[in-house]
Formats: sequence, structure tokens, C-alpha cells
Amino acid sequence: MSKYAYFLGCLTPNRYPGIEAATIDLLRMFDIELDYMKGTSCCPAPGVFGSFDLETWLTVAARNISIAEEMGRDITLTCNGCFATLQEADHMLKGNRELVKLINNHLSKVGRQYKGTVNVVHVIEILYNEIGPEKIRDRVVQPLDGIKVACHYGCHFLKPSSVRQKGNPENPTMLEELVEAVGATPVEYKDKKMCCGAGGGVRAGKIDVALEMTRKKLDAMIEAGADCITTPCVFCQFQFDQGQTEINNKLGVEKYKVPVVFITQLIGLALGISPRRMGLHRHRIPVKPVLDKIFH
Amino acid sequence: MRSKVEVNADQALKVIDLSTTQLIKKFDTDFTQEVIEYASKFFENVENVKSCIQCATCTGSCPSGRETAWRVRKLIRQIQLGLKNAAIRNDVLWDCTTCYTCQERCPRLIPITDIVRAVRNIAVRNGFMLPRHVQVAGLMIKHGHAVPINDEVKAVRKEIGLSELPPTVHSYPDALGEVKKLLDETGFTKLVEEASKGVQK
Ligand code: SF4
Ligand code: SF4
Repeated sequence: MSKYAYFLGCLTPNRYPGIEAATIDLLRMFDIELDYMKGTSCCPAPGVFGSFDLETWLTVAARNISIAEEMGRDITLTCNGCFATLQEADHMLKGNRELVKLINNHLSKVGRQYKGTVNVVHVIEILYNEIGPEKIRDRVVQPLDGIKVACHYGCHFLKPSSVRQKGNPENPTMLEELVEAVGATPVEYKDKKMCCGAGGGVRAGKIDVALEMTRKKLDAMIEAGADCITTPCVFCQFQFDQGQTEINNKLGVEKYKVPVVFITQLIGLALGISPRRMGLHRHRIPVKPVLDKIFH
Repeated sequence: MRSKVEVNADQALKVIDLSTTQLIKKFDTDFTQEVIEYASKFFENVENVKSCIQCATCTGSCPSGRETAWRVRKLIRQIQLGLKNAAIRNDVLWDCTTCYTCQERCPRLIPITDIVRAVRNIAVRNGFMLPRHVQVAGLMIKHGHAVPINDEVKAVRKEIGLSELPPTVHSYPDALGEVKKLLDETGFTKLVEEASKGVQK
């Protein structure tokens, strides 16, 4: 059995707890245990707090990493923002003794230390590399036949490639392969790799700009006939799900209602995890049309 | 070659009859150095910023630039020319979503998005922060989460079989105390307080 330290961040536990439940249950089906990292804070958000003060951002990130170091486990997480922060902070600190000295000086004030003894692994890497689409396909009990899925990777899983070191970010296929493994059909759409609009503090600071970018992506997904959106980033999920209600209100329309289903929730559906346990009934945009199509 | 170049130097719009090389020399490059030194503390290859050829691959790739007046190429030019005020006193600086598309594609390997974050840090230190960002920073300082839990989600957590409060700083007051202490220690709490007063040094 392999074990990971599960870094929750903010949005997963505080807005989409169904993603937390789905991820824990799904990985357990493959003998992968997620242990909570107790007492963690915001990662802190890379484009928000990284834009305010990089030294603070790095210090708080290092504190979070030190909790996993105490547990002796590699970290996994369900948010590209958390991934960007923890993976980049770890990468920076592993390559820079001066920075480690500076950050550990801060951490010593609360009796902590960054050691550089664990790795940061995105949950989609566990799904794709450690488990793999084949093993997932073998466990499907409810194929998602006929469901057209718009895959949205989000920016920070693969970029910046010099830090992430996961190959070319221009044309990834992991999400599509996972979607196909559970019987659904990935659809191509315009500007697929474009940002959802939320990152970099834009959602927090200038919501109208963020929503305009989101709307462009949604129009392309709708045009491609997508039944739902899937993503490995809870922040992108929040932006698409909550964002659609905001766009509808803003424009006085009802056009934007594409359900958003996190990648572990989508695979969970095919592998028999109950939609209720995965909190799908609490998403802003009803997921029911997708469920009806699957369980007709 | 001599040409008429219009430069938005700080507030004043000047028309200067100089070659580009003379123009670059004429500008105060303290800001160029400030950005390079500040960003180099955290990121690699920042000094490449000097080698920008204004090809516009960055702006052409920028999803934010499609919707807004944000032109990332212009920021790089402002850094080269030392136009600090033009760079940090403009709200469009906060339109970048840090998607890294420009950084991936820059033919001069300039870590553009890293530089955007560094310039924003400098803006904050000079008292330029969006009001809504002050609020988010306040949430972090108070709760240790930029997005804290609410009653609605507490109920959902319980309903689906999770603990009502997640096992984060929300459940551990001592852990929250550690985070608060670190935010004081790095000077963040004070930085936000000053920026919220609109201190413009
Ligand atoms: S892509 Fe690079 S070289 Fe080209 S304009 Fe942008 S920063 Fe300059
Ligand atoms: S990182 Fe910022 S400036 Fe660069 S392409 Fe993305 S939004 Fe534009």
C-alpha cells in the first residue's frame, strides 16, 4: 500500500468537500491511503500571495511542507494552485541554500524547519502514472458511455515547464486518456489550453475580467457539445461552476449551465462511488443532467 | 538612425528626438536593477529581461490581453527603460492571471511571469494594492485561509460523512497561531496594513 500526505488547501475542504471525499475513496480502491496533513493553512495561493510578497509566500509554503516532512510522506493535492505553490517552493528551496537559510530563520520562530525530504505530486499524476488508465478501466462498473467531456487542464499543472519538469505543456493527453478509460468521450474545443481566468489574483481582484475569460472558454465548450467539464484543479472548478451562475446573473441569461465534475469525481462515478458522497448534488450548476444520462 | 519617439515617462508625455540607444541611456535604470535584484532572489535568468527584442510573442499569447489593456511586452519595456511609476502605478498590472503562456514561449527565455509577480511585490511595497486584494490578505491574516469555511459548507461536509471542520488550521488553533506569527515575522501583516492605507512612497 502506498501512502500520501493529503494537502487540502482552502477551496477543496471549504467549498468542494465532495472532491475531498471522492479523492480519498477513489484512491483507497487502489490501495492508496491519503493521510490528512493536520494544521495546514492556505498554500498560500501562488498568484495572489506570490504577487503580494514572495518571501511570505515561500515561508508559509515551507511551513506546510514541513508538516508532511514530519509525517514522512510525499504530498498530494487536488488544486493546481496548491500544486504551483508547494511544488515551486520545494523546487526553489531544494536549489538555493541562501533561501533555505532565510526561510528556516523565519520557521525557527515557530519551532519548525524545512528539510527538503519529501516530494509534491499532483493527484492526476497518481491517477495517470501510479495507477494508470488500464487499471482504472478494469474497475469500471458504470461506463460513462455517450458523455462528452471538455477537459480543462488549468495552467499550473504543467507550467512553468522549467519548474514542473513534466514535459511539453502545449499538448498534454493525460486527462483525455483518463476520460476515455471510463468510457466517456473527450471533445476538442477552441482555446482548450487557455486559462479559466481566475488565477493570478484576477478573480479576487477584478472579477469581471476573470468572468469574461471564463465565458469565452464556456462558449467554445458549449459549441463543441460538451455534457460536462472536467478538471484536475478545484480552483478552475470553482471558477467554472460558481462563475457560470455569476455570468448568468451579470448578463441576465440562463445559457451557461455546463456541469463541472472534478476528475476524481468523474472517475468515481464510473467506479461506483455514490454521487451523494462526492457532493455532486451541492454543485452550483446541477450535475443531474449528466447523472440522468449515465444512469438512465 | 534618428527618429521621433514618444515616451510615456512617468506622468509626463514627452516627445524626444533621440535614437533608441540614446533613449535607453537617458532613462534612469535604477528600476531595471531593482527588478533584477529583487526577482533574482527567487528566480533564475531574470537578467535576460535586458535582452527582450520586443517581438510580442508574449502579448500575442496572452489570454488576459485579449480582454484588457494589459500588454506584458510593454511591462518588459518599462523595466528596460526604468519607468517605475508607469509600471507599478497602473491597475492593469493586476490583469495577468499568471498563466505562464508568455514565459513558456519567449524566444529570449525571459521568465516573464516570474517578473510580473516580482514587479507586483514592488508595487505593493510602494503602497499599490487593489482594495479587494487587501480584503483577501485580511482573510489570510485572520483565518489562515484565503477562502475560509462557511456554515453552508460545514453542513455539506457533515452530510457527506466528513468532519464538520476540515483538519486544517480551522481545527487547530495552535497551528493558526503559528501561521499568524509567521505572517508577523515576515512583515506581511504590516505590509498589508500600510498598503491598505494607500501609502505611496
Ligand atoms: S516574448 Fe520575450 S523577447 Fe518577445 S517581446 Fe515578449 S519578453 Fe520580449
Ligand atoms: S502569464 Fe500573464 S502576461 Fe503571461 S500570457 Fe499569461 S496572463 Fe498574459
